[in-house]
Amino acid sequence: MKVLTLNFLTCAVKACKSSSDSFPLHPKEAELAKDDVEINPQLLVNVLPRIDWAALRTTSTELGFPALPEQPPTAEELEADEKMLQELHSLLMETQIMEGKLVCGHCGHEYAIREGIANFLLPSHLV
Amino acid sequence: MDYLIRFSQSHETFRLPEIQALAVIEGVDLKVASYSLESPFCIVNLASEGDARRLIRRSILVQTIHELWGSGPTLEDVHAAVRERTPQFWERYMTCSFKFTLDSYQGSRSSEEKVRLIDSFSYLGFAGPIVMKRPDEEFILFEDWLWGSAVQGIKEPKHYYFGRYIATGARDMPKKLDLKKRRYISTTSMDSELALVTANLALAAPGKLMYDPFVGTGSFPIACAQFGALTFGSDIDGRSIRGDSGKKTLRGNFEQYGLLSGLGGMFTADLTNSPIRRQSLGTSSDGVQGRIFDGIVCDPPYGVREGLRVLGVRDPEKSPWVTSKGKEMYKLPDFIPPRKPYSFVAMLDDILQFSAQTLVDGGRLSFWMPTANDEDQEIPVPSHPYLETISVCTQVFNKWSRRLITYRRIPDAEVDQEAMKMWEADKEKLVGKTADELNPFRKAYFNKFEVEN
Repeated sequence: MKVLTLNFLTCAVKACKSSSDSFPLHPKEAELAKDDVEINPQLLVNVLPRIDWAALRTTSTELGFPALPEQPPTAEELEADEKMLQELHSLLMETQIMEGKLVCGHCGHEYAIREGIANFLLPSHLV
Repeated sequence: MDYLIRFSQSHETFRLPEIQALAVIEGVDLKVASYSLESPFCIVNLASEGDARRLIRRSILVQTIHELWGSGPTLEDVHAAVRERTPQFWERYMTCSFKFTLDSYQGSRSSEEKVRLIDSFSYLGFAGPIVMKRPDEEFILFEDWLWGSAVQGIKEPKHYYFGRYIATGARDMPKKLDLKKRRYISTTSMDSELALVTANLALAAPGKLMYDPFVGTGSFPIACAQFGALTFGSDIDGRSIRGDSGKKTLRGNFEQYGLLSGLGGMFTADLTNSPIRRQSLGTSSDGVQGRIFDGIVCDPPYGVREGLRVLGVRDPEKSPWVTSKGKEMYKLPDFIPPRKPYSFVAMLDDILQFSAQTLVDGGRLSFWMPTANDEDQEIPVPSHPYLETISVCTQVFNKWSRRLITYRRIPDAEVDQEAMKMWEADKEKLVGKTADELNPFRKAYFNKFEVEN
């Protein structure tokens, strides 16, 4: 699962939806892999407004990547900044979480990731 | 300038919505001058030859497009139109290599007749070499015959079109993604032709983010990735994504077609308890913030060949131990959460609501739903105040059909909030417990679509 995907995912438990602690989910015991993907600046610019930047900064730090700037770049800044494009591409598109867990910061529920596929199914007492 | 589109005569109701969607993707101003479901010929008005090429370059249902020089119910009408409208073009084709061909739809001509028809254009005066294999230019006379003309002794087609060949659509793409040669499929994988048409209707394109909440073996994401989109998907049954954990996996399919760069993320999840981040409706001012996808494409379970289930226990009072056992066991790695049957109509509403919450302005939802052909048992096309219906295409089987319905997410400001309140109130009314109560289509299907008295 790409790190980009992690930025779109929150805790599946309905009671957690209203809490800001349920997003982003926190990777635990994460095994990372790197895919070789050709950089696509158009895609990154399109993705930018859909990213929750604060959450991405948290994830980036938790996965041991260099700290991202406090504010997201604008589309124009990103297009002009080769280095930033490359960094975001490497983090969002190339880095995959293959094994490990995603933990909700609100309820503590752990979602397992196996073979790059996270499992968000809930037992009936949490539905 | 008028152009002639030569469609394939199949999936008729999908053809016009497909080229209209392609006009949106390519930013082409398209005016349809004449079209009929019964004919493969369609006349459109476009600004340039370049627009004509772009319009159909990824069309699955268009065979070819031509610069239309003349048309009419008789050959004399065609000649009159060509003489009146096109003499200024003739000069350009005086010396290039060329050929003339005849394309008779539902009809045939003897070789003498073919020669006679082609020779009737000799006044054009083209002097270049005639080359049958890859000439510089190809001129085609199309005939539209009435079905069964030969049997009825009809001697002339009902309509003629004459034009210069411009470009071919993407009719070979379904072959590339053919299910017969795909490594990993299941009983409900969507055939590649219709999956690609669905991707076109949902405006899949380079740089766009597409999502399939019932991903199965990945037919729709593969079709979207083929058009350059980044794709996401989930399924309540993780085994369908994981496959045999070797070569036969969803990821393996992307690998087979060299589309791995279009694989965003796949995960196991239930649409009614989705982990996808969502914003409450009506809270975004810029038309994007907090919303993620450009397109959502899916073929939800109909509850016939595959169960229609969501997380939960069917009857918690009758079987309290299921929940309590789950409480103890849910942290075990091989725990499988209980699932219950779910209302088909409620699920359609859930898909619409989810799409309203996660699609950017102008983003599209294209999904398949079945219905009985019998009018009294027909399941109405679902609606949502935040989604405008763009097209309804139908594939007819013996007693039932499936429809591909496409919606566009409209900006919050255009939404009728009163209608939204009513929509939410109506959704509350859906109740039921067994699969048949919950799913009118399933019930009709297993009753062989017989009308009850």
